[in-house]
Amino acid sequence: MIRLTDIERVFTVGDEQVHALRGVNLVIGPGEYLSIMGPSGSGKSSLLNVLGLLDRPNAGRYELEGRDVTGLSDDELARVRRERIGFVFQFFHLVPRLTAEGNIELPMVLAGIEPAERRRRLDRLLAEYGLESRARHRPDQLSGGQCQRVAIARAMSMNPSVILADEPTGNLDRSTGQEVIALLEALHAGGGTLVMVTHDAEIGGRAKRRIRIVDGRIVGDER
Amino acid sequence: MRFSDLIGFAWQVVRGSRSRTFLILLAMSIGVAAVVVVSSLGEGARRYVLNQFGSLGTNLIIVLPGRSETGGINPGVVVAKTPRSLTLDDALALTRSQAIRRVAPLIVGAGDLRWGSKSRETPVLGSTAEMLDIRHMETAQGHFLPAGDPHHAQPVCVIGAKLRRELFGARQPLGEWVRIGDRRFRVIGVLAAQGESLGFNTDEIIIVPVASAQALFNTEALFRVLVEAKTRQQVPQAKADVEEIVRTRHEGERDVTVITQDAVLATFDRILTALTLAVGGIAGISLGVAGILIMNVMLISVTQRRREIGLLKALGATGAQIRAVFFTEAVMLALGGAAVGLAIGELGQWMVGQVYPDIPFSPPWWALIAAPGTAVVTSVLFSVSPARRAARLDPVMALSRR
Repeated sequence: MIRLTDIERVFTVGDEQVHALRGVNLVIGPGEYLSIMGPSGSGKSSLLNVLGLLDRPNAGRYELEGRDVTGLSDDELARVRRERIGFVFQFFHLVPRLTAEGNIELPMVLAGIEPAERRRRLDRLLAEYGLESRARHRPDQLSGGQCQRVAIARAMSMNPSVILADEPTGNLDRSTGQEVIALLEALHAGGGTLVMVTHDAEIGGRAKRRIRIVDGRIVGDER
Repeated sequence: MRFSDLIGFAWQVVRGSRSRTFLILLAMSIGVAAVVVVSSLGEGARRYVLNQFGSLGTNLIIVLPGRSETGGINPGVVVAKTPRSLTLDDALALTRSQAIRRVAPLIVGAGDLRWGSKSRETPVLGSTAEMLDIRHMETAQGHFLPAGDPHHAQPVCVIGAKLRRELFGARQPLGEWVRIGDRRFRVIGVLAAQGESLGFNTDEIIIVPVASAQALFNTEALFRVLVEAKTRQQVPQAKADVEEIVRTRHEGERDVTVITQDAVLATFDRILTALTLAVGGIAGISLGVAGILIMNVMLISVTQRRREIGLLKALGATGAQIRAVFFTEAVMLALGGAAVGLAIGELGQWMVGQVYPDIPFSPPWWALIAAPGTAVVTSVLFSVSPARRAARLDPVMALSRR
């Protein structure tokens, strides 16, 4: 499903070279549920960005569903992100002027899907995430939990093969966080691949496979 | 991304930031309105002048004595030839041409007009019966100059509408005798009020037979000969005939200047069109300024919407899509500004028209196309740089929590 080989990521900060990822090797099978944990600055976000094709490694090879995506152009990467990867962010990243519906629809709009088909998927997603009554509300009229549900619905709208979640509960209170985790786990239970970055040991511990990363190196891989 | 979705997305942005939209619309519409109003002023002036010229007559040819020529041997030395004067017989000889319908000789002078105890300094025109038709004049009362031998100095005159009012008031002028200098003329007609055309007010003139004017001003020389060609197509032929006839009569010297109405019209048309274009262009500068404003606002918008742009890229928007979003927004704002500007322009032009009802103000067709066209083109050009900047944003940086 996902195969990372000798991934290096180096940032230049001033005169210094900062190694965010050093020789990362990671294989993720289809339908896996794994968490990436580590102290802040350990490189877990860098790893997630590389996995999400938002960032290119300086060296190494990345295969996604058997296809080498390391050398793709920006536009090709955008297409792969659109079709295959769903993102859930800590700060939700909803477009403030769009309604919940508009936000969920966004990836489908960018993909140029017909309005009738969009409507069908929207209705299904709104029902699935209990947002029917909130469909026409804008993000500032929604609670944090509702916002994250919108974001998860958005991530699911293109039926991606991988869901990448970056601290999905970091900005939510405990009970809402549990709710969101339950939703994500339900996705996994439905056969989706779920990768979650978190520094919350309790949430990270629920994953079937737990990666620990320190100083850009994978130091632990528990199943 | 489907086109309708692109429009919808840009519409959300435009509607979402009201004050920004308002500012851009204001700048754009002022630019467009300025072009429309200014060019319609120019166009109105052009049409006004052309109408005035047109009202002088149709297929008109004007013959002037003398010919402007540069002669001599040394460069820079201008030897003006003494013009032979144009006589009444010259004028009458012109009727031999097949292309010429009518000829009216013209003598102009100033005379002291007296009736009873009232007196008035007034322009005196000496001409023939043909003048009425050539110059498209009408009589309000009585008759115009009688047809007949132009050499015969009949003591009759036709007066302008204003002269009649000033001199006679409510009295019946027909049949009264007036004096010009030491000669007496009987009033046989009153011209219909025509108003001013090209600085020459026919309401204040007095017209006498050409032979009478010759005697009055003690001259043989005509001031002008007005010639009417039979058709528009025959104007060049008539012009050639005039030159030929005068040349034969003046012992081979072509010492007259022949001006066709079309040539004068064309000259004025060119000058005034150039003027309209120039002032329209100056007004167009404000459109450029509006374009720069759009660029600024767009650049700010890219900075403000970093997270959104990053998100769109993370969700799979290509660089081309991001650019398209910004272009659509710019075009939408420009079109909106152009529409508002055209409306304001029409309104402004209508208001000026209320103040100067005589001048036919209306924007020329090219201004109605060029103004909104320039608005759209400048805003697209000026949004190239912001759109590219947005498309190049690194999604990781743009999304990074700050």
